[in-house]
Amino acid sequence: MDLNRFLFEILPYLAEGIPVTLQLTVLSFALGLALGSLLAAARVFGSAPLSVVARSYIEFFRGTPLLVQIFFIYFGLPALGVKLDAFTASIVAIGLNSASYQAELLRSAIKSIPEEQYLAAESLGMSTLQTYRHIIFPQAIRVATPALVNEFVALVKYTSLASIIGVAELFRKTEYMVSYTFMPEIYLVAAAIYLAICLPTSQFAKTLESKYAIPGFKRALI
Amino acid sequence: MSEPLLLIDGLKAGYGSVEVLRGVHLSVDKGEKVVILGPSGSGKSTLLKCIPYLVRPWSGEIRVDGELVNSDPSTLRRIRSSIGFVFQQYNLFPHMTSIRNVALSLELNRRLPRQESEKIAYSVMSMLGIGELAGKYPLELSGGQQQRVAIARALAIDPKLLLLDEPTSALDPELRYEVVETLYQVAKQGRSMLIVTHEVDFAEAAADRVVFIDEGVIVEEGDAREVLERPRKERTERFLKRLRSKVGNAAT
Ligand SMILES: Nc1ncnc2c1ncn2[C@@H]1O[C@H](COP(=O)(O)OP(=O)(O)OP(=O)(O)O)[C@@H](O)[C@H]1O
Ligand SMILES: [Mg+2]
Repeated sequence: MDLNRFLFEILPYLAEGIPVTLQLTVLSFALGLALGSLLAAARVFGSAPLSVVARSYIEFFRGTPLLVQIFFIYFGLPALGVKLDAFTASIVAIGLNSASYQAELLRSAIKSIPEEQYLAAESLGMSTLQTYRHIIFPQAIRVATPALVNEFVALVKYTSLASIIGVAELFRKTEYMVSYTFMPEIYLVAAAIYLAICLPTSQFAKTLESKYAIPGFKRALI
Repeated sequence: MSEPLLLIDGLKAGYGSVEVLRGVHLSVDKGEKVVILGPSGSGKSTLLKCIPYLVRPWSGEIRVDGELVNSDPSTLRRIRSSIGFVFQQYNLFPHMTSIRNVALSLELNRRLPRQESEKIAYSVMSMLGIGELAGKYPLELSGGQQQRVAIARALAIDPKLLLLDEPTSALDPELRYEVVETLYQVAKQGRSMLIVTHEVDFAEAAADRVVFIDEGVIVEEGDAREVLERPRKERTERFLKRLRSKVGNAAT
């Protein structure tokens, strides 16, 4: 393709979609984390009925396609009197969906902390609350971080589904440009941009992870 | 002495429907050092864990300094804060430095400010000769060092009673001596101790009394040297013979 056209027409146009993609990702991830924490708490600490409710939620959102969830929230909810614009509907749908995954990985991180840690905390006279606050959660969050970052990176890609209901994010912009220019190779440019977002994020996460890793932990595992 | 520091009466406990302790009576006086011996699976760890209710007894009574232990949260916290517990596998908190491990209960239970609790923690660690490990994380330490930090953690609150569950048995033989040294040091300070251990030499030299437990009951107890050298019960004798031959093998 013509370099000038690429640099001054196509690329800037696609680039307008990047902040939208990032907003969708960050906001839906944050919603997923907040709700996911509550769901995980309900499963770990909740009464039996509460735990069943959380579990059903998780099974439902993991067992049905994200696309269907987006359509339902955008097109289906207005019938129930809740009308959301496409951008908000996408965040809600992706966030509710992500919550189910985040809940499970938070829960398994908490469950991965050995029983002996609870015993040691109890033996020192710590209350249940103190035990979770000072002993269990700080370890669980380190266990969960790599999986949480994976989830974040996955969301960067899943936000492309918001294009279907008309959110002007990166992929929507790409499609528009392709149909306008008849140059399908633009898809490759879009792919490169997604990669340029995801790779550094993973890299940043690795740095973060090693910075906050429990000293000696890796060595102990080997 | 008027009243024993620890009094266990008719203690029964188990897991699920399996009874492990089948009526244990035991007392420890103030300043006394008592060693518990017994075969694997006889219920030694269960007995120790029942004292601060880390395992809930089925029935029986436990009194610490006269106070009846029960499941009331505030009673439990008070009693647990007056007992130190050392686990076989150290169970340090891996995400905290050694000194944080030692200082934590002072902060949370005694409500001491961080600086002050770390000062106390450091002095306990120096006393045990591990002051230089203060800034290290548990998993950066050898097993022997971890166990000594764990002993410091148990001692930080200046407990009335120190419970130790096979503190050396997870360690390689060449690392044991440093922990045994530490045990001698603690024993010399006159603290009341109840120790499950198969370190016969330590028991002989430092313990006032030895208790032999098998299949959930106390089979024999008495003066340390007496029981170790002239056991009255055949089960005790057999056990000691096997233990000594094992130690002999390890040494060669
Ligand atoms: N958490 C548990 N759940 C179920 N059974 C248990 C549990 N802990 C211990 N037991 C069982 O209870 C019995 C007594 O265990 P305990 O750990 O008290 O023995 P022990 O004398 O300390 O043995 P060892 O010398 O091997 O440490 C064993 O048969 C053991 O399998
Ligand atoms: Mg044991």
